Amino acid sequence: MKRTAYRLTIAAAMAAIMAASPALAEEVRIMWYSDGNEGEVMQDLLDRFMADNKDITVVLDNVSYQVVQEQLPISLAAGEGPDIARVTNLKAQAEHWLDLTPYVADPEYWRANFGGQADWMRPDGSDAITGFMTQLTVTGGFANKTLYEQAGVEIPGPDASWDEVVAAADQVAKSQGLIAAFALDRSGHRLSGPAVSFGANFIADDGMPAPVDDGVKAFVSRMVQWTEEGKNLKDVWVSAAGSTYRAAADDFINAQIPYYYSGSWQIANLATKIGNGFDWVATGSPCGGAACSGMAGGAGLLAVKYTKVPEAVGKVMDYLGSAEIVKEFSERTLFLPAHKGVVEAGNLDFQSDDPNVKAALSAFVAASGKIAPNASALSAWKWANAYYGALVTRTSQAMAGELTLDDAYARMNDDIAEQVKQAGQ
Amino acid sequence: MSFALANTIGAVFAAPVRWLAASIDAPLRLWQRLTGKGGMIAFFLMPNIIVFGTFVIIPLFINFAYSVTGGNELFLTDRSFVGTQHFDRLLTCDNHFDPSSCRDDLFWTAVWNTARFVVVQVTTIAIVAMGTALILNSKIPARGFWRAVFFFPVLLSPVVVGLIWRWILQRQGLLNFVMIEMDLTPVNWLIERDWAFVAAVGVSVWAHVGFYALILLAGLQAIPRDLYEAAEMDGTRPARVFFRITLPLLWPNLLVVIVLALIRAVQIFDEVYVLTGGGPGTSTLYLTQYIYEIGFASILRNPGLASAASLMMGGVLIVLTLGQLGLQRWRDRA
Repeated sequence: MKRTAYRLTIAAAMAAIMAASPALAEEVRIMWYSDGNEGEVMQDLLDRFMADNKDITVVLDNVSYQVVQEQLPISLAAGEGPDIARVTNLKAQAEHWLDLTPYVADPEYWRANFGGQADWMRPDGSDAITGFMTQLTVTGGFANKTLYEQAGVEIPGPDASWDEVVAAADQVAKSQGLIAAFALDRSGHRLSGPAVSFGANFIADDGMPAPVDDGVKAFVSRMVQWTEEGKNLKDVWVSAAGSTYRAAADDFINAQIPYYYSGSWQIANLATKIGNGFDWVATGSPCGGAACSGMAGGAGLLAVKYTKVPEAVGKVMDYLGSAEIVKEFSERTLFLPAHKGVVEAGNLDFQSDDPNVKAALSAFVAASGKIAPNASALSAWKWANAYYGALVTRTSQAMAGELTLDDAYARMNDDIAEQVKQAGQ
Repeated sequence: MSFALANTIGAVFAAPVRWLAASIDAPLRLWQRLTGKGGMIAFFLMPNIIVFGTFVIIPLFINFAYSVTGGNELFLTDRSFVGTQHFDRLLTCDNHFDPSSCRDDLFWTAVWNTARFVVVQVTTIAIVAMGTALILNSKIPARGFWRAVFFFPVLLSPVVVGLIWRWILQRQGLLNFVMIEMDLTPVNWLIERDWAFVAAVGVSVWAHVGFYALILLAGLQAIPRDLYEAAEMDGTRPARVFFRITLPLLWPNLLVVIVLALIRAVQIFDEVYVLTGGGPGTSTLYLTQYIYEIGFASILRNPGLASAASLMMGGVLIVLTLGQLGLQRWRDRA
């Protein structure tokens, strides 16, 4: 009898442990990359979440941007991956995102505050809630103010053309003995804003990729010419094959180039690494014949549909998407928020003592108003990445002298057509 | 006391082995009675066959399946059959010696880049490994130390090798710093096409030559000393000694070095990918990187095309391996 009671007690304890274990074992993994300090800020926010939600453990896996670009798509295609991921390639992977509608506390809150970018990250025609933008970004230029002053060259104003901006930067480079006048990140996204400024239209009437047009040719031919003349820093575009992404931030931070075309997400990185090394300013996007446009974009935090713990993912997303947390994250990372309520409240207090930072943020906010409709449409366009890949691969070959410009344009069209054909099989 | 302790420890470690041997003894005897000698051979080969089949043979068939299916999907069940479409794309050229005339120009660029790399790198590695082995075999001070020095890069991860040399060779790297200090004009080693190729070959040779030198060193030490003593007594010139004694007797080892280096050179990827990223332009884009880019790294990947290219590359490697076997048999017969 005594032994039976003892066995029952053990069995009951085991059952209680078994029943409790799923709650204890709920682990949410986030794949995260950082341009600046956002990884540290996110970890701090998650620590607070875990302190209040003992039943959920959130693991922040910090990886390089290249891992997110190259390895995450393979995991997702295999039906694997993290529970949540921070990505920039939002639309092309839309089929892998989880519809959070049944898992978030108030779907209407999400639609009201993040609805503006919801189409960027869900399949065409869907009304799913898949995540939110951790920041909105705008591409644009940065100038090393100190170098311009030392060279006695005025930084071109907001309506200056690309030709004027590059000519001024070249004057500075020659005067100061620098290795090149400017650099633009090796990225199709970065190349596309200026191309749109020269009148490029990537999307045909039927929604499919349009052939490379005069707008694209106008900017690509300039980039190739500037590279041949040594004005564009060869190390960024020519130094790799394929569509590999390469940022030129370090060359700007090390004062090797007076002008750098990248985007608003670099503000925290520049502020942290340049410190008081030199003064710098954000200059928006130079003009082409048709516009003075950059590209809108940003990184989104997306729930992955292969998660085993969708309820826990919903809780984490509710926390990270709350107005209070979005506001704090933006203030500490110097990112432009995507939360409509936070933007409308307008009381953001960006946390930086660097006088360059607030001016840069204002410049990018102003630049966001100049984004051409053709450029805005690309963020929610399924084939944008096919276009970007072809642009990078073939433009860099033309810069390296391997292809004539005409051959490069023909190859871009072929590459895009192959990608469309491949995706349709 | 220590002997007894060693015995005790030995017995403790031997016990599980004895228990295992005893437990499989009866079934093995039964198996041998039923299947004979052939069955026992199959039994002992089975672990290796399972590992080889799981990690080589089955993936080979899966690779073939990918090469005849299309689409961006990863699961074979989601992919449509396209027959030889990928092979057609890779092989369609007006002139195979001119990549720009090919439908997939990057593939043929990679093919010819790889061929050029293989010829230059294998030749260089054979010569440098031979020179290194001869020096390390001679009576130089601190010979053991120098042997370790030359072998050390072999122990490094290829990614580490690529990173180290990137820091040295990049525009603001160590080499240019030294050149500027010496009032020399710095060179953009990784951006100039010819220098990037030299860098790719040089770094690859640096990373692997120790291994091949070791093979040749073993061969040198196996050559009987009395042959050299007889040549010395005859007053034979050193060059004649090298070409008439050392080289013929070292030929089997040299052949192994050349074939191994050849196979490895065809597969070159990691250190060069980290060093140059395939650039400038596509001047150091080699076959394995092409396959990696198409299959995994490009924005919209194409696993079918990558599989077709890797099967073709596998075919080249099989030809090289068969060539090695043929050469060995020819030498054995001679």
